[in-house]
Amino acid sequence: MDFKDTPEEATFRSKAAAWLAENQLTAEDKQGLNRLAVAKLWQKRKYDGGWACIGWDEKYGGRGASAIERVIWDQEESKYDVPSRFFVIGQGMIAPTIMAWSTREYCDQFLPKLASGEEIWCQLFSEPASGSDLAALRTKAEKDGDEWVINGQKIWTSGAHYSDYGMIVTRTDPTVAKHKGLTAFLVDMKAVGVETKPIKQLTGDADFNEVYFTDVRIPDSYRLGEVGQGWQVALTTLMNERLAIGGGGAGADVPLALKIAQSVSINDRPAIEDSAVRSKIANFHVQEAGLKYNGYRALSALSRGDLPGPENSIGKLVGAPKLQDIASFCMDLLEEHGALWGDDLEFMAGAAQRSYMGAPGLRIAGGTDEIMTNIIAERVLGLPQDPRADKGIPFNEVPTGN
Amino acid sequence: MNFEFSEEQLMLREQARGFLSQHCPPTRVRDVFDGEHDYDAALWTSIAEMGWTATAIPEAYGGLGLGYYELAVIAEELGRAVAPVPFSSSVYLASEALIAFGSESQKQRWLPGLASGEIIATLAHAEGAGQTTAKSLTASFASDTLSGVKKPVADGIAANIAIVTTTADNGSVTLCLVELDQDNVIRNPIQTLDFSRGHATLEFNAASAEALGSGTISWQAFEALLDRAAVLMAWEQLGIADMALEQACDYAQQRYAFGRPIGSFQAIKHKLAGMYVKNALARSNAYHGAWALASDSDTLPLAASTARVASIQASLNAAQENIQTHGGMGFTWEFDCQFYYRRAKLLSLAIGSERHWQDRLVTALEQQDPAAA
Repeated sequence: MDFKDTPEEATFRSKAAAWLAENQLTAEDKQGLNRLAVAKLWQKRKYDGGWACIGWDEKYGGRGASAIERVIWDQEESKYDVPSRFFVIGQGMIAPTIMAWSTREYCDQFLPKLASGEEIWCQLFSEPASGSDLAALRTKAEKDGDEWVINGQKIWTSGAHYSDYGMIVTRTDPTVAKHKGLTAFLVDMKAVGVETKPIKQLTGDADFNEVYFTDVRIPDSYRLGEVGQGWQVALTTLMNERLAIGGGGAGADVPLALKIAQSVSINDRPAIEDSAVRSKIANFHVQEAGLKYNGYRALSALSRGDLPGPENSIGKLVGAPKLQDIASFCMDLLEEHGALWGDDLEFMAGAAQRSYMGAPGLRIAGGTDEIMTNIIAERVLGLPQDPRADKGIPFNEVPTGN
Repeated sequence: MNFEFSEEQLMLREQARGFLSQHCPPTRVRDVFDGEHDYDAALWTSIAEMGWTATAIPEAYGGLGLGYYELAVIAEELGRAVAPVPFSSSVYLASEALIAFGSESQKQRWLPGLASGEIIATLAHAEGAGQTTAKSLTASFASDTLSGVKKPVADGIAANIAIVTTTADNGSVTLCLVELDQDNVIRNPIQTLDFSRGHATLEFNAASAEALGSGTISWQAFEALLDRAAVLMAWEQLGIADMALEQACDYAQQRYAFGRPIGSFQAIKHKLAGMYVKNALARSNAYHGAWALASDSDTLPLAASTARVASIQASLNAAQENIQTHGGMGFTWEFDCQFYYRRAKLLSLAIGSERHWQDRLVTALEQQDPAAA
């Protein structure tokens, strides 16, 4: 075992690092621009330099890089303060779906502009009555000549308000079983009848939207896969979602907890000397280090040209509740000051509070803790599925509560 | 990035698993469990013939001079099999103490026998209830004689020699080596909660003994020895954790209630997925521990204590939830669930409890260069 790059990986890393050092955004570049504009500027610069979406085929703007090269690039790029979250859904999830299910013509039309950051995409999946049970979605698409007419509502759509296009899953046949009556499409978010309303979250931010579709017309050529094949198409996107949404990332962590415990007192002694505090920090470190070395094992698999093992599926399930627990623990150490809000507090308490408020969302987004646990039980451990009350029943006869 | 065992190490795992499934099935564990013997002597002999006891001992002393990755692989398989042998005492602790601290003549005298398995050794450390520290030690060594009582000593009846911790000045510790087959050593078997691993009380009445190497070492040096053993112990505990999970999954597929396999109920499947998550984290931490041990890294104290805490938690959780998944049958003498439950707890108490290793983990974090964190 070692943590070193192979000679080829090391060559690639130094090439990537050199380009980044040469081409990073300066304060001057960023002056007067908001986060989205900065992100677009950076994405275009990468595209022009041949470093955007590097895993993609060259004809779509990529450079045909291997999985381990993508990871190395991400590691090197993350050393710089560059915003990238605007493109994660389009480039990480929808592009692979377009490649798998659309025509060469549309790949040529959409993918280069996705890679260059010129166009942003959103994912129109969840609905008010279909979250964990995604296939219960109700937004209707009806055929009218060479066009489809879409009516319904999507929700929790990240970035819909600044997106140019979206990928939508609709119900085209309510008289067959749930998974069989779905069809997926590309949709122009600027089309007549598309209305986007931001949702204010409990954090006070508004990252998600409700999106209403009223008689929105789209050409049949925008269809992904066959009519009735929407579930298979959606699975392509979801598989890539699990790869795109990581283990939580920044925020309250063991170094922060340690720093706070070293700075405040319990019974007039440094809190870090308290046995219960030590025990908790140790348990958090076990999780944090476990996830880190899980990641190293996944990288080793990629480096060998294999796929990461099933242990890689635990990242979000462990990471999100851990973030919530550490944040809460850090605030406890601060006693009443733990409640104070603000970025300029000593001990970076603001980080603990932001994590505390953000963590409930992470535990839900991209598959709730409960759904992720089901996936591990069924796909990794091979346990049987729950019996389903809606199995084999035409969708329009499935009980819905209200 | 190459954070994985080599082809040869994975082959060794296959070979060890195959060997133990043939030579150490649960029925064999039960024989020791229900019988009069302290350990399975025939199994020990065949394990030694396979060269497992010689794995990390240098070739100059009759060992194979392989490394700690190989020993980690074997430890995991011994854990899966709940093997009733004095492997951890003789290999992770006593052999390692001799390699680390023994004089040249002591190494030449004892390591070949330890490598071949003809000699069994153990570490005698605990005395009274509660944590054993440099301050709490009362066993004493002077003028080549050893006095004091050690209790419990794992494999104390099976062992030919013991490495004994004795009191020294200034928070140090003196390690001495004592042959147990002598008049001034009284050995009494004592029962622990794991009937498949013999334990003893050792009473030394001015027993003839010799200092290990130059004798007194710092407490830190002794803790470093325990760090190394903790990594290997973590792998053995991980083997227990995975077996308990596999057993629980099998049962949850076979057992029906309310007209369907109990593994289809979320109350059960989420329990089993929770076991998987703990085991997966423990495995990745154990990988890092093995790397730190094999590469003699400065991060060993942190890596070892992290691996140890993770494996204690994973193995205790898996063993207890395995019984729970089995329902009433899991609580019977007849079912094997108890083996994992007993062994997981026994190993979690050896070489310092969960609290001890949590404490050591945080001490290592405090000493870590903040820039490297």
